[in-house]
Amino acid sequence: MDIVFYIASAVAIICTVMVITRLNVVHALLYMIVALLSVALVFYTLGAPFVAALEVIIYAGAIMVLFVFVIMILNLGPQTSQQERLWLDGRIWVGPTILALILIAEVAYVLSTHSTPAYTITEISPRQVSTQMFGPYILGVELSSFLLLSAVVGAFHLGRRRQLYPEEIAVSAAAVEQNTSPQGDIQPEPQIQSDIHR
Amino acid sequence: MATIPVEYGLFLAIILFSLGLVGVLIRRNVVFILLSVEIMLNAAGLGFVIAGSHWGQADGQIMFIFILTMASAEVSVGLALAIQLYHRLKTLDTNSISKMRG
Repeated sequence: MDIVFYIASAVAIICTVMVITRLNVVHALLYMIVALLSVALVFYTLGAPFVAALEVIIYAGAIMVLFVFVIMILNLGPQTSQQERLWLDGRIWVGPTILALILIAEVAYVLSTHSTPAYTITEISPRQVSTQMFGPYILGVELSSFLLLSAVVGAFHLGRRRQLYPEEIAVSAAAVEQNTSPQGDIQPEPQIQSDIHR
Repeated sequence: MATIPVEYGLFLAIILFSLGLVGVLIRRNVVFILLSVEIMLNAAGLGFVIAGSHWGQADGQIMFIFILTMASAEVSVGLALAIQLYHRLKTLDTNSISKMRG
């Protein structure tokens, strides 16, 4: 069982590195799904099967599908990955990365110097989790229902295309002009007028 | 069952969280930033589950479920904002929002 944990950890780390360095959003999403599946395996080896199932169903299932739908709506073309390549090219973040790696090495040193003995993992069943959650944590469950309701309302309000006011159209057109002009090669005409069809 | 030192699990959580933080810092695409935030939330939940498993209590898993709820709420609102940003400015560059006024 130990070796499963280590392999799953390695897969999770490699996939996460791939997620944050991909140019294409869809490739990053595929790596992200694999990373989430390997983290679910880590949960399983840590004796948390219920949370492992939730990780696969909600994270890898629902949230990633949401990302895929949004990418389909946005319909990003190849010039986006070109833009990403331009943004990622900078040498600016090499220095901070090296310094942060030194800090991570320090954390590793501190954690490895005083080691707690390895403990035998006991599995926590879904029944235990549920009796705790609907017992002492019932207030948290109610609060998260508030949060989800407000998120639904907020997402609906923000996501729908509403009629733009004339000054907003002017500001938006100016911004589109500014965003697209430095690229030069592609000049998508600002399709603001299509926003006022309803 | 397995015997895994708790440091190794915490290590994994730290590394995943740092990778998410690096992603937020080096990317300028809104969708990538949201993905990196998801990585960070997932790593924090992993830390909770490891601690709960270490003490043999169910509280860590309950905290993970709350984090999951919060992550799904956050990502739905964040993606709605990304769609709105793309419709108005035709870009996903976060630098373009810095010119927004009132």
